[in-house]
Amino acid sequence: MNDRILLAHGSGGKLSHDLVEDSFVAVLGNPILNTLEDSAVLELSGRLAFTTDSYVVSPIFFPGGDIGKLAVCGTVNDLSMSGATPLYLSLSLIIEEGLLIADLKKIIASIQHTATEAGVKIVTGDTKVVNKGSVDKLFINTSGVGVVPLGIDISAANARPGDKIIVSGTLGDHGIAVLSQREGLEFNVPVPSDCAPLNRLVAEMLEASTNIHCLRDPTRGGLATTLNEFARRSGAGINLDEGNIPVKKAVASACELLGFDPLYVANEGKLVAIVAPEDADKVLTKMKQNRYGREAAIIGEVVKEHPQRVVVKTRLGASRIIGMLVDELLPRIC
Amino acid sequence: MKYVEEFRNPELAKKLIDRIHRRSTRPARLMEFCGGHTVAIFKHGLRQLLPPNIQMLSGPGCPVCVTSSADLDRAIALSQLPNVIITSFGDMIRVPGSYSSLRQARAEGSDIRIVYSAQDALYIASDNPDKSVIFIGIGFETTAPTVAATILQAEQERINNFYVLSLHKLCPPIMKTLLALGEVRLDGIICPGHVSAIIGSRPYQFIPDNYDIACVVSGFEPLDILLCIDMLVNQIETGRHEVEIAYRRGVKPEGNQPALELMGSVFEVSEADWRGIGVVPTSGLMLKKGYRQFDAGANFDINPGPSHEAKGCICGSILRGVSTPLDCKLFHNSCTPEHPVGPCMVSSEGSCATYYNYGDTDE
Repeated sequence: MNDRILLAHGSGGKLSHDLVEDSFVAVLGNPILNTLEDSAVLELSGRLAFTTDSYVVSPIFFPGGDIGKLAVCGTVNDLSMSGATPLYLSLSLIIEEGLLIADLKKIIASIQHTATEAGVKIVTGDTKVVNKGSVDKLFINTSGVGVVPLGIDISAANARPGDKIIVSGTLGDHGIAVLSQREGLEFNVPVPSDCAPLNRLVAEMLEASTNIHCLRDPTRGGLATTLNEFARRSGAGINLDEGNIPVKKAVASACELLGFDPLYVANEGKLVAIVAPEDADKVLTKMKQNRYGREAAIIGEVVKEHPQRVVVKTRLGASRIIGMLVDELLPRIC
Repeated sequence: MKYVEEFRNPELAKKLIDRIHRRSTRPARLMEFCGGHTVAIFKHGLRQLLPPNIQMLSGPGCPVCVTSSADLDRAIALSQLPNVIITSFGDMIRVPGSYSSLRQARAEGSDIRIVYSAQDALYIASDNPDKSVIFIGIGFETTAPTVAATILQAEQERINNFYVLSLHKLCPPIMKTLLALGEVRLDGIICPGHVSAIIGSRPYQFIPDNYDIACVVSGFEPLDILLCIDMLVNQIETGRHEVEIAYRRGVKPEGNQPALELMGSVFEVSEADWRGIGVVPTSGLMLKKGYRQFDAGANFDINPGPSHEAKGCICGSILRGVSTPLDCKLFHNSCTPEHPVGPCMVSSEGSCATYYNYGDTDE
């Protein structure tokens, strides 16, 4: 019984073959993957969305998720934010020799669980094993394709003065959940990561309104960085109301303690939408009906004033500029 | 943490702001000594809420910012020694020294780790007995007792590979130096909250006595700072100069005796090199003779070479309260948080980073 991954598991020989068959195909299997051809052949029509992302989070298990769940959600969400319906994912693993096979199996199960929830299929994949120290336990790359329905035009450049800004829930949960597990930084925060696939939430929002102008998931760099991208790309200004921005108390406390601003802390299961004012309430109501949008809130609006700048009105009635994140808060949170 | 919301209550804040507006008639120049106060003032937009006759200045109270290029060069040189692990607070990693930064040294192969306390550094030392683990000890009287406690723990647990490069600095002596320089005219000082929790409010008594300047110790929440400004205005308008405390839940006039004793048992007062100010006698802390075995300065042979500060950078005069970041030609041009030229742009409590990150909307 080998309970750890060996270099031989990536050699292409018998051990590799067994690992793929027993640990991957048996769990993730579907008619396209099961053929085990060199490439997946997909039947698709219409406008395709295509995205890729690599996941290097440390630790690989954290409250509310693991690197596998993150690798599915991240790519599903990137596709969703262009208005696409995510369909197929690739899955590439770079494993450090010595990884516990039990841990790998847990992660594969988590990938399957998340893919099922999101309604996407893993259709092709690759596994490499590298010497101890060449990577840290496990790195994952996923790419994904989806189809953008007709009539959908979502882009950061589309924000217009008057539009409302909606976030789908509390900010900073993922970043703080991962940080709370860091070696040398352990502290008890009762906050799980918000890591979640948002494609169904987005589909429901798009059903409710044809006037959703921008969508993005504020991952690294947080809400502040995403809103700055909207402001820069569209040339409009953005006003936020600090009092309406949802942040969990425990996250706010942890941020105070560590000197972070929740507006800059990463999320993995939140989206920010810019919506025409006449549809904002309708979209908000719809979002609140989805489990991943229950705490959604309108936090501000797009304005003509101060073009390309994001300004927040503080609780005390003063205002300040919110810039982009300029340096890593702490590396490897996703 | 209930304290956060209670001390950010908008209605109470409005009452204090109204009172400050009613009371304040004379021009008043107030300096917040501490970088933590600078950040809080900008983050909550307090400057905009004050009457125009009150002018706020930032002082030298950011421990990262006041670290001299020469001291940074020493830290970088230490990191380049074989079998050394440098442990440091995060912001220090990015501060440019004369030739390089700790971040650059890390990219070139030095083992440099970010920690949140000296205690974390000690854990790293006990986990790596074959390496020398050096903690870059920066900070004022707030941090020094925790470092002292860690050194005592290292002694007790016989951890022989733990060292501290003591760059600790003392608050009242540098206030004295700045006031004696006479470059800035002040009517009131917002005295640091955390430092005062350790040293108390009495060490500031020389300021009203010798310089007729009002002093009020403040906490870091908006209501703390507004109350402090209100008390300063009250002193100024009634012609009083005293040391008062607007942070009673954290600060007693006599300070924290056990912490002071702890600090005094491990450290002794020494000169210290301040960026932009130079070497100031009796303004720093060094390890006492009995703790030399933990003193990185005494146990490693390094030659960092001559130091210099970046051309055109006015961090020094910003730290003395003589200039603001807006007076600097490099600010927002060649000096940004991505590419900091001086330390005030690096530290999250630095004046330049604060102006950059939280800039007033009307600027």
